[in-house]
Amino acid sequence: MIIGVLKEVLENENRVSITPDIVIKFIKLGYLVLVQSKAGLKSNFTDDQYIESGASIIEDANEIWSSADIILKINAPSEDMPDETAALVGSKTLVSFFGPAQHTSKLKKMAVENVNVLAMDCVPRISRAQKMDALSSMANVAGSRAVIEASFKFGRFFGGQITAAGKIPPAKVLIIGAGVAGLSAIGTSASLGAIVRAFDTRPEVKEQVESLNAEFLTIDINEDGSGSGGYAKEMSKDFLKAEHELFKSQCKDVDIIITTALIPGKEAPKLITEDMIEVMKPGSVIVDLAAQQGGNCAYTQRDKCIVQGGVTIIGYTDLPSRLASQSSKLYATNLYHVIHDLTPNKDGMAQINMEDEVIRGMTIIRNGKITYPPPKIESPKAQTITKSEPKTLIPEKKDTPKQVFPVIPFLISLLLLVGVGSSAPASFMAHFTVFVLSCFIGYMVVWNVTASLHTPLMSVTNAVSSIIIIGALIQVSSDNPLLVIMSSLAILIASINIVGGFAVTKRMLDMFRK
Amino acid sequence: MNFEISIELARALYIGATILFILTLGGLSNQESARKGNMYGILGMSIAIVATLLSPLVTENFLLIFILMIIGGYIGIYLAKNVQMTEMPELVAILHSLVGLAAVLVGYVNFLDETLILKGTEKLIHSIELYIGIFIGVITFSGSIIAFGKLSGKIGGNPLILPSRHLLNLGIILIVIFYGYIFTTANSTNDAIIPLIIMTGLAFLFGMHLVLAIGGADMPVVVSMLNSYSGWAASATGFMLNNDLLIVVGALVGSSGAILSYIMCKAMNRSFISVIAGGFGTDTKSTSTAVEDQGEIIEIESQELSELLLSAKKIMIIPGYGMAVSQAQHTVNEIAKMLKDKNIDVSFAIHPVAGRMPGHMNVLLAEAKVPYDIVYEMDEINDDFKNVDVSIIIGANDIVNPSALDDPESPIAGMPVLECWKGKTSVVLKRGMATGYAGVQNPLFFKENTRMLFGDAKKTMDEALTILQSS
Repeated sequence: MIIGVLKEVLENENRVSITPDIVIKFIKLGYLVLVQSKAGLKSNFTDDQYIESGASIIEDANEIWSSADIILKINAPSEDMPDETAALVGSKTLVSFFGPAQHTSKLKKMAVENVNVLAMDCVPRISRAQKMDALSSMANVAGSRAVIEASFKFGRFFGGQITAAGKIPPAKVLIIGAGVAGLSAIGTSASLGAIVRAFDTRPEVKEQVESLNAEFLTIDINEDGSGSGGYAKEMSKDFLKAEHELFKSQCKDVDIIITTALIPGKEAPKLITEDMIEVMKPGSVIVDLAAQQGGNCAYTQRDKCIVQGGVTIIGYTDLPSRLASQSSKLYATNLYHVIHDLTPNKDGMAQINMEDEVIRGMTIIRNGKITYPPPKIESPKAQTITKSEPKTLIPEKKDTPKQVFPVIPFLISLLLLVGVGSSAPASFMAHFTVFVLSCFIGYMVVWNVTASLHTPLMSVTNAVSSIIIIGALIQVSSDNPLLVIMSSLAILIASINIVGGFAVTKRMLDMFRK
Repeated sequence: MNFEISIELARALYIGATILFILTLGGLSNQESARKGNMYGILGMSIAIVATLLSPLVTENFLLIFILMIIGGYIGIYLAKNVQMTEMPELVAILHSLVGLAAVLVGYVNFLDETLILKGTEKLIHSIELYIGIFIGVITFSGSIIAFGKLSGKIGGNPLILPSRHLLNLGIILIVIFYGYIFTTANSTNDAIIPLIIMTGLAFLFGMHLVLAIGGADMPVVVSMLNSYSGWAASATGFMLNNDLLIVVGALVGSSGAILSYIMCKAMNRSFISVIAGGFGTDTKSTSTAVEDQGEIIEIESQELSELLLSAKKIMIIPGYGMAVSQAQHTVNEIAKMLKDKNIDVSFAIHPVAGRMPGHMNVLLAEAKVPYDIVYEMDEINDDFKNVDVSIIIGANDIVNPSALDDPESPIAGMPVLECWKGKTSVVLKRGMATGYAGVQNPLFFKENTRMLFGDAKKTMDEALTILQSS
């Protein structure tokens, strides 16, 4: 089958859906790859690189639409200039972002003939589908880029410094919503040297936030905001009030706020209100990553950067495209995993297996019929369960029975000793004494042997235990030929053991070096 | 003989040899003193043998002894020179069996020797010593042979579980005790030989059965257990021959092996009894819930591995038996060296039961010239994983299984494991998705920060090395 990679038609779109290194992998899966000329130019992938990877370059988009079986894109097909929705005919398959919930009319329009549409934004949020989760990939880029955008507008360093020209305090960054984008923003600001705080309604992300060296802000109302699919749910009135107070007090203090709060299918919650912006220091910056869905900040304007009362408010929705090369690489890898799963036999023949939970979830049009929304699948709560109490299983080392005197073993040993002593002859007792003492010496000495030398320990003890040869040496002086033969055999094998054991120990020990 | 020395002098020399043997074991406490320790051992053994030969106890057949020792020594040198480090467990097992066999032979000769005349309690005690000595010797012998077979793959690694095997073992022990009673009360050698031979046969089966019933994962315990037995066999022979040197040395070796077995058992969180009783992971009830759909793995290739390695600051390498199988240790060392030259911190983490015998991985790495100061034990390093960027797990499975810690249903629950998943990324080099010895699925493979690199470890590491060299 033929995979076609189109140049994005959206204005200001710099990304490309497939990078040259993924082309190689597609070819390994058995596909032919067509790439529209200059498709990757804005993300710094030249046509030559695609050709080198084995793709054919096609000038005209229409030719790709007509000859490819699988069309790969980033943005949902456009409806005007050019009309991509009408180009998908026959039994072709399109894989791209789509937004079927918002664009129902487009969805209806495209459900013709035998076409298939797989929406990258409908990948189920379960752990095994993470490698295909382009939303997360893009959120990661957006979160990081948000910090960089903020740093452009922010008039100071992020990290603190003590210089000859005076002390520079570090910037304080507040991240609201510690999802993929939020965590990425935390990481980027922390590595620039800022003091980072983060807030999220889901308490389980606290650990992740703290692992990135940020402070996790909490409010005193006990409410778990974990919703289905890894997103947060809406919270109660009391909670929102407390949250408001927290944000307001933070606004007085912080220099940069990055908001990432989204609730699926709903308008973004207004978290940063007019009164909060009033109290912010002039020169502060807000980056609103929820601008696409109305924004978390009262003044946010989609795709614009405005200044309100000295505070810069950025509402860009094309942050991934502003880091085009990186976003393209991530998106291309996500797409590769989708195509990989569609091609179980690696024969270049894509099969849409509706039994597969992930593919089922993504498929919004199948053979010309709308299959969106998919039947509900169970929410992936499992991830948090495993974390609960791993520590308790490890036995507490402190409780070794040192404190308690081992009465019973002591009594048994005493009885045994009395038993042996009262019945055994003197010569045996002498040997027995030696034996018991030797066991203890062995015990004391061997505990000091380092674990890395356990193998040499075994081979040397092996050689040493062949001291049995002494017995055989004494016996070989017998008059009985049978006994001589048997002792000779014993001497032979014991000598093998002695020499072999010492020699191999030496060989091993010589290998240990610094 | 002109050089003859008195028995008293010989015994004095034995004391010197004993001390040297103790110093041998003591020397193994660190790598520097270990070489000296080995020399002490050789010296001790030489003194013991020479003192015996010069003593009035040995009167004839000197030439025969000389020839035998030359031949035996030659074979020993040959074995030691030619063994692959990956085959060390097999060599150790076969050497154990030789100790066992020697003990049996010495025991039989002692039994058949009619010049020895004892009366009363002395005779009873001597008979018991002889009986027990031969019993332990035979078990060591047959058990080690089976262990050798299992280690070298000549016998399947799966535990052989006979029906009502515990009863069977108990039955054998009871019969052995019964014949022991007959043996010790017999009046003549002719009366006693039949129970002795029956016991030998039973002990042979018992030793075989003991090791056959133990699963592949428990091999380190078995090898160290047999090590211990070989010591006890020597000690029992010492009692039989009234020779303190043998008693002391046997006791040293016996307790050494016992401690090793204990350490190995602890590393698997299993009691010694349950290992001996055999059948790891055979409790069918414990098919863990985790076996079901665990999610999906993320596969990578050598190219991505080398990119990961180059972008890391701290790398941990966790070797397992698979590394020994594919002989990848030299390539691994090359990669480690190259990364170290690029100022990347590379360490090795060794789980106590990695491989087939205690310390197996250390020896393999030493063979590949990995400096031992970057090789760490589990307890030293387990807390460091949170700072690790990339962990490479080479042919290991159960020792990095998180379900040991968080799934109480798992057959390996409670076993301490290397917590590599706490690092940033783990790369698992494996031939396929097969489970480890314990037969437990490993949730590590399905973690989102785990990458799987399938294929022969040597081949994939070679590829990664080539890519690293060209970059």
